[in-house]
Amino acid sequence: MSLITRRMLIGGLAAGAGGLLAGCDAAGQNEQIRGLIFKGADWNQWTQRALMDRNALAREFRVDQMSPVFRTNGTRNPGTPDYAAHAAAGFADWRVRVDGLVARPQSFSVADLLSMPQRAQITRHDCVEGWSAIGKWQGPRLATLLDAAELSTRARYLVFHCADRYAGGRPYYESIDLIDAFHLQTILALGLNDRRLDIGHGAPARLRVERQLGYKQAKYVERIEAVADLTPLYGGKGGLWEDIAGYEWYAGI
Amino acid sequence: MWVAKHKLATRLWHWVNALTIFVLLGSGLMILNAHPNLYWGQFGANFDQPWFRVAWVFEGGRVPGWLTIPSTYNLALARRWHLTFALVLGFGLLLFMVASLINRHFQRDLRLRASELAPAHLARDVREHLALRFHDPKQPGAFNTLQKLSYVGVIFVLLPLAIATGLTMSPGINAAAPWLLDLFGGRQSARSIHFIASMAIAGFIIVHLALVILAGPVNEVRSMITGRWRVPGEDYR
Repeated sequence: MSLITRRMLIGGLAAGAGGLLAGCDAAGQNEQIRGLIFKGADWNQWTQRALMDRNALAREFRVDQMSPVFRTNGTRNPGTPDYAAHAAAGFADWRVRVDGLVARPQSFSVADLLSMPQRAQITRHDCVEGWSAIGKWQGPRLATLLDAAELSTRARYLVFHCADRYAGGRPYYESIDLIDAFHLQTILALGLNDRRLDIGHGAPARLRVERQLGYKQAKYVERIEAVADLTPLYGGKGGLWEDIAGYEWYAGI
Repeated sequence: MWVAKHKLATRLWHWVNALTIFVLLGSGLMILNAHPNLYWGQFGANFDQPWFRVAWVFEGGRVPGWLTIPSTYNLALARRWHLTFALVLGFGLLLFMVASLINRHFQRDLRLRASELAPAHLARDVREHLALRFHDPKQPGAFNTLQKLSYVGVIFVLLPLAIATGLTMSPGINAAAPWLLDLFGGRQSARSIHFIASMAIAGFIIVHLALVILAGPVNEVRSMITGRWRVPGEDYR
């Protein structure tokens, strides 16, 4: 084999690799291929749910393993006049409503939530971007709220409606299924690192669903709605980032 | 003279992986761009000390678009590519391993004998490579020792390591198999090891492609398609 052919071959390989990368961009826009790689999330969810113990606990850490600084992300402050008024009043009039497919709709004040049995857990928060931070969360189990509201047997998902807004005024929302809703470590957190939640971390109440990524941990929760189907809500994919960016609804991976 | 060189399972897995690993490396680098720092330990974020920053390698602190899938920033789409093809890689490796035990590819072609690992033998293998002689004329169909070592390293060390550290980054898997966190020393350590293993796999691919070209690309690529390899005659002394 002569050098020229070799050089052409190396050039061909480089061009081929470049072409393949461009091909992947095109493939990512192709409806069939997009459908296929988006299906992968369902296969991963199915595999994980099929193989793992549904009650398996997320790792809990020791105090000396906590992050020195727990960074904020997403909305640092909802910034609406309504939220600012609540914050100025120390969230005294904030309500977390529980409604939808429930027998007894509820409306809890922060004081009500603080008077419930509390659970504290030092867990790791994993952002979809790749970073992790370990902090101590405290609040009532979500199961306590759901039991008070007497969840209907038709309910399949819990939707968390939040006070923060994104581009174009879209409300933040997230959803989980009943496996995660009744999990021992799923709490409506009111405190972080032995202090009441600050605004950057979702004051006065945020979801902690410890076996999923950060974008599921809805902040500034105002309303918890029990539903049978996610498709009629907002963009229909069960969460703001799922609707506008294409993140997986099941964020256990 | 022709020899039967690559078994069907090997050929199928090779070409599935050629696509799969290409997609995984490109989408993985895009995912790294979402938080372009690597840490050791259980946690790691902006206020913690990284051991590696993409900014040390690339201007602007991001892996450039000609190396990533997709080529412009899109974490969600990169994750879709990565996590779907991760299933192909994991289950593909499992099927290939079972098939290669049954068709005896592992036992016949990849088993390293003690004599091959003797320093004198390894030194001779290196000299032969430098002289661009890649096969033993007495056993033309057999892999040379460095070849065996690199294939064994990829199949039994790097790929399983990349898969296991990938699983250790999943919060769901962490709950199901917390021992993985202990094995790798935490989620951020697993993320770092995942990156190192991926770069080692990329290094293997570069050397692999270079050697295919040096050994005679037409014959080598044809043998990975048809399974039959022509023993080089006059080209090699």
